[in-house]
Amino acid sequence: MTMPTRSLSRRGAIVLGVVVILATFGYLVSGKIGSNLVYFLTPSELLARGTRAYGQSVRLGGQVTPGSVKWDANNVDLRFTLQDGTSHVDVHSHGAPPQMFRDGMGVVVEGRYDANGVFEAHNLLVKHSNEYRPPQPGERPSEMYKTLIPDSRP
Amino acid sequence: MMGPLGSSALLVALALTVFGLCVSVLGARQHRPQLIRAGYAATYTNFGLLLIANLAMVVALVTHDFSISYVAQVGSRSVPLFYTIISLWGALEGSILFWGLVLTGYAAAVVWANRHRPGTLVPYAAATLFGIAAFFLILLVGPANPFHTLSPIPPDGPGPNPLLQNHPLMAVHPPFLYLGYVGMSVPFAFAIGALLSGEHDDEWIRTTRRWTLAAWGFLSFAIVAGMWWSYEVLGWGGYWAWDPVENASFMPWLTATAFIHSVMVEERRGMLRVWNVSLVVATFLLTVLGTFLTRSGILSSVHAFTEGVVGYYFLAFIAVVLVLSLVLVAGRSAELRSRGRLDSALSRESVFLLNNLVLTAFMFTVLLGTIFPLVAEAVRGARVSVGAPFFNQMTLPLATLLLLLVGIGPSLPWRSATPEQAWRQLRLPTIVGIATAIVSVALGVREPMAVIAFSFAAFSLLANLQQFARATASRMRLHQEAAPVAFARVVGGNRRRYGGYTAHIGLITVAVAIAASSTFRYEREATVRRGEGVSLRGFTVVLDRLWGRDEPRRFVIGADLSVQESGRTVGHMTPRLNFYRQSEQPVATPAVRSRPAGDLYVNLMAFERDGSQATLRVLVEPLVGWIWVGGAVVALGALIAIWPGARAPLRAPRPVVPAAEPLREPLDEDADEGIPAEPAAEGAR
Repeated sequence: MTMPTRSLSRRGAIVLGVVVILATFGYLVSGKIGSNLVYFLTPSELLARGTRAYGQSVRLGGQVTPGSVKWDANNVDLRFTLQDGTSHVDVHSHGAPPQMFRDGMGVVVEGRYDANGVFEAHNLLVKHSNEYRPPQPGERPSEMYKTLIPDSRP
Repeated sequence: MMGPLGSSALLVALALTVFGLCVSVLGARQHRPQLIRAGYAATYTNFGLLLIANLAMVVALVTHDFSISYVAQVGSRSVPLFYTIISLWGALEGSILFWGLVLTGYAAAVVWANRHRPGTLVPYAAATLFGIAAFFLILLVGPANPFHTLSPIPPDGPGPNPLLQNHPLMAVHPPFLYLGYVGMSVPFAFAIGALLSGEHDDEWIRTTRRWTLAAWGFLSFAIVAGMWWSYEVLGWGGYWAWDPVENASFMPWLTATAFIHSVMVEERRGMLRVWNVSLVVATFLLTVLGTFLTRSGILSSVHAFTEGVVGYYFLAFIAVVLVLSLVLVAGRSAELRSRGRLDSALSRESVFLLNNLVLTAFMFTVLLGTIFPLVAEAVRGARVSVGAPFFNQMTLPLATLLLLLVGIGPSLPWRSATPEQAWRQLRLPTIVGIATAIVSVALGVREPMAVIAFSFAAFSLLANLQQFARATASRMRLHQEAAPVAFARVVGGNRRRYGGYTAHIGLITVAVAIAASSTFRYEREATVRRGEGVSLRGFTVVLDRLWGRDEPRRFVIGADLSVQESGRTVGHMTPRLNFYRQSEQPVATPAVRSRPAGDLYVNLMAFERDGSQATLRVLVEPLVGWIWVGGAVVALGALIAIWPGARAPLRAPRPVVPAAEPLREPLDEDADEGIPAEPAAEGAR
């Protein structure tokens, strides 16, 4: 038995309804994506954006400038400078640095650049370099932290 | 020894797969039973060959045979046996090898279960599974061969990725994920088989119903186990970050969930037939896409393996599957016309339609957010990622709507209900839902979405519990049985339905736990000296001592902490930092104190070398442990639904209920098990 015409037009209405809902939804999604993009930038690229960079969600990648790290353990407050050879950006984060955090290492920070010229980071990731570099003598955790091994404590 | 054994097993398997594909198609086209049986035999043999290859790899790993490339890549003499064995799926090549084992295992099992079934559906499905297996075997003998022989033989290896040897959940999450992912190949193969053979009369759905549910149950369990792993290992106290690979596991779950609902509409009403085939194809494609995203290293992610050529193979495979499926569905679209139509907006099938719409929208949102960075980089050259707020803002309304539908669906009968009937079912849940909202606000919940989530969850929980209670009560009345007996017989008599409601209850539990733990999460980071403590929400965590320990594969720093509650010491916790030999960055092992009301979670962030002070991150997360419990309940629901019944699966059709018969309460409906779809009103068939 063939489908009655009534149900065909009804099906058309349903299809139309679904299309309208999906179109509205697609519009919403595309708008929301635009306002939630996180850009991967280097310090030079960030500074090149000028005032447009303020308040934008950014993942900033660079090297920790030697001698710039100020870690205030009592207030769990960390400040350092991130550089890429040509430019450098001051970074501030309320949170502890990763244990192996040190001068010159590659770091990615997530956060926003504010109008004071400070990058307020809420997340700090140490970059895994592609090539494995065996720790130098004195860098091995077992040597660095041997004071914590109960039997070897002086 | 193990290298040549594994390599040759894979080569023979590839040859046998091509043979099986050819004889299955030829046998089906020319109706030659010998060829079909030869294809079936190839399926079983293939499974045996993959089993040999996987065992060879496990033996090579355990005996530290570093002449084999994969062992040299992930093995290490210092790693304990347990982590050595599970490093089988710890990196790209091994995981594809394991994938091949699961795929051929499913193929052998599904062919064995259907070997006496007449017609050409099963041979075509077997051919499809051979096609998928051929793809993975080409990867295994080509670019992802784990059995390469190395010369000179390295004396030792680096061991698995530190994140993967830090927690025993790595023995649970990946295999279950593969069982779920690969299991979606079975309904896909049968859908393609149905389209190729022309035997698309819902037969393929009944044949694969249990397989689909099993794969869905595995996938649900794997996703929750992955959340748990992330919570226990990554140290930030969260369990879901909208990481591309988390999304990759979640997207096929969404379409598979849509399918296991809409398939009931096809079985009962003969509707949504093209839609169901599309969902099955989409689910399968999303599992392949997920593998591509994980394995190609194209997106930055905690899961990403190294970059390589394997990604292009996956892209080509996705393209081929997509085009073939579209051509097949388009070719059969006239025959796949709907045999029924929607009678009423107030019916279970219309709730299922809505649920499918929401789940599909959900999937598209996640898909867009996940692949947008790829598109942006290709088109504009900008390196971007899509922030978690996008996913949270977009999916929260959809998830909330689903939470409501989970309660409405079971309360409405098939075909149509009068508003009075619907209200009789929904009255009590509605009252409880509103009461929950009022109580939440009175107790100080100010987050509107949390109030809505709790209220909807209470509504849906009651609606599902009510189904158990009403059926049990009516059985107690009718058969004069005690409550536990009646309950057991109600559930046993219609496992599919009550398994479904059990899964609903698990899902509601997960939803409440996520809403509570994300809304009322308290966090504090502080540096303390020995003997000092950090206080948060009534707990004080006191640093007693810092210690270090040199282990063969890692160096461990631990902080012994006492937990005090209102001045009394109630327990001890030891968060640790593990420095693995092959990585500069330590991997944390947070300490978690789980109670039904919530977790206390402490992570060691930093410490002084002399042991005088440590920086701790302390979190209090209410109800978070219920996420894992809820996940287990969802899996239990799937298990109940697929548990084989005592009855023969194919029994004589029930007398057809005339459409004019007055509607019955939904709880009086008889079993869904094995009932052919009711002929549509038009009288098709």
